[in-house]
Amino acid sequence: MPVFDLSTTPLRDLNSALHGLPAGANDTVFEVINPRGHHAVAVGIDAPVTVEIKGSVGYYCAGMNDGGNVTVHGSAGPGVAENMMSGSVVIEGDASQYAGATGRGGLLVIKGNAASRCGISMKGIDIVVHGNIGHMSAFMGQSGHLVVLGDAGDALGDSLYEAKLFVRGSVKSLGADCIEKELRPEHIEKLSELLELAGISDVRPEEFKRYGSARKLYNFNIDNADAY
Amino acid sequence: MSYHNPPTPPRKSATFDDQTLAEIRRAAATGIYDIRGGGTKRKVPHFDDLLFLGASISRYPLEGYREKCDTTVVLGSRFAKKPITLKTPITIAGMSFGALSGNAKEALGRGATLAGTSTTTGDGGMTDEERGHSQMLVYQYLPSRYGMNPKDLRRADAIEIVIGQGAKPGGGGMLLGQKISDRVANMRNLPKGIDQRSACRHPDWTGPDDLEIKIMELREITDWEKPIYVKVGGARPYYDTALAVKAGADVVVLDGMQGGTAATQDVFIENVGMPTLACIRPAVQALQDLGMHRKVQLIISGGIRSGADVAKALALGADAVAIGTAALVAIGDNDPRWEEEYQKLGTTAGAYDDWHEGKDPAGITTQDPELAARLDPVTAGRRLANYLKVMTLEAQTIARACGKNHLHNLEPEDLCALTMEAAAMAQVPLAGTSWYPGKGGF
Repeated sequence: MPVFDLSTTPLRDLNSALHGLPAGANDTVFEVINPRGHHAVAVGIDAPVTVEIKGSVGYYCAGMNDGGNVTVHGSAGPGVAENMMSGSVVIEGDASQYAGATGRGGLLVIKGNAASRCGISMKGIDIVVHGNIGHMSAFMGQSGHLVVLGDAGDALGDSLYEAKLFVRGSVKSLGADCIEKELRPEHIEKLSELLELAGISDVRPEEFKRYGSARKLYNFNIDNADAY
Repeated sequence: MSYHNPPTPPRKSATFDDQTLAEIRRAAATGIYDIRGGGTKRKVPHFDDLLFLGASISRYPLEGYREKCDTTVVLGSRFAKKPITLKTPITIAGMSFGALSGNAKEALGRGATLAGTSTTTGDGGMTDEERGHSQMLVYQYLPSRYGMNPKDLRRADAIEIVIGQGAKPGGGGMLLGQKISDRVANMRNLPKGIDQRSACRHPDWTGPDDLEIKIMELREITDWEKPIYVKVGGARPYYDTALAVKAGADVVVLDGMQGGTAATQDVFIENVGMPTLACIRPAVQALQDLGMHRKVQLIISGGIRSGADVAKALALGADAVAIGTAALVAIGDNDPRWEEEYQKLGTTAGAYDDWHEGKDPAGITTQDPELAARLDPVTAGRRLANYLKVMTLEAQTIARACGKNHLHNLEPEDLCALTMEAAAMAQVPLAGTSWYPGKGGF
């Protein structure tokens, strides 16, 4: 298994090795030690590799991941798994702002808390947060699922499009055009699937409330000006 | 002897002129601000207010058509492993598929390729037609991230991080529902027919320190191959340029308020931002102060119409220019041949700016299949190439007359200004004097 010690090896070497993997390569599991808060660790993965990062990372870890399975055994800085296409990213600790921003696919699991704007502008990604999330999360979320086992901060789902939000704890406030909606059987089924994928077995889907778009701001109407 | 009162003609207010009165009535009737495409329509100091001095006893000219006047420009030489080389310093600015039809995007790609220059995607992602017909394609990385994916990032020739545009510095965008066809909706991961808002700032970074990290991430994802541009609207050109350089940009794109947009509030277009002419010298000064002039390239856009405009922008220190509105006109936008249909839309050729409504008779700013089919991308591409070549020849003509064997050798000393305002903004002397406002000694 290739091991990259970022205290002695340039980041470029790691990312270039991840990008240059030939089809059918044997060594598809990488270990990264001493990440020491480096930014852009394991970004642009476009093959089904596994990356185990032993420590905390800075901005944009696993950014634009497309097919890789990345685990951060520590916490992650802003923009972890931003614009993820497919694959999975697991953060054993906490995640800073913009976790999963604009993600289009794949699964992001945050075992601690996520800061503000978690899932901002999400476009198909599934995000499961074991703890709480900060304000303005899922702002302009277009599609995908955000599952929060703890509480959500202010203005959840502001200007939401079609992303589906599930929160088990309290919601400090809902953003413009975001409302609570009925939790139907298909949502329970999806929640069960996501909880299982995230390795959560002691929580029932029925404990969550669902939030989604009221769709009142989809086409401009001057009578809704107060919402802008 | 009789006295009579001679009648005075009715006098309209300069403040409340006909346009203003009509806008008040329109706002009162509809309850919504006016949205339109294009850049500012107000008259602002521009390149027309500058003149070249030409050669004289102290400077000899180059022979037209015989002595070489180079026009090539290399963009992205600071950090990128694969900088791009253009035959002409005139590039095509970012315009989205969605705002424009597929045929229009293809025409822009074809025309740029024939002329040896680059074209640019826009908000909404990269289409196969555009990539296929563009030898050099710049991929815009925008706040909305509509259509953004790493595969397209890698198949681009350069990446342009858009922070702002001249028509609306500090503003986002709105593609109204009537232009959201199935394909546009699918590319943007949104339902068909709803208004699509483009955020005004990026979702995962704020400020110059974050930008530096974002640029580093994009370089790592693309293995440091692609030139990275940073595009800003003309607001604080000195500091924006300096901060873009500090953040690691290869190229700074600076767009003045004459630069067009697909759709924004008229009040925004007309009241926010600075004229292109006022942006260039502060940006060049920032590059010079940092020792980065010509190392980080500067692309100027917003109201470039002719080879004279190109030459003037380059003489003021730019490395290249970008055209948007002029390119659309070259391929057929606002063409008088569609006058009858413009009249039906309540406008006239040359004034049509309701691009957001998707009813463009010329088939350019629309997603209506029947209207879009009116534009033949091959013919339109040829027209654009012709126009780009004419502009390049015009710029060469002027440069030779100033004795320059490369367009980049043009300099502020080759210029004079016709007005005090232009002299102050361009920092070149008022014609017939050796002075401009702000110059020391007064």
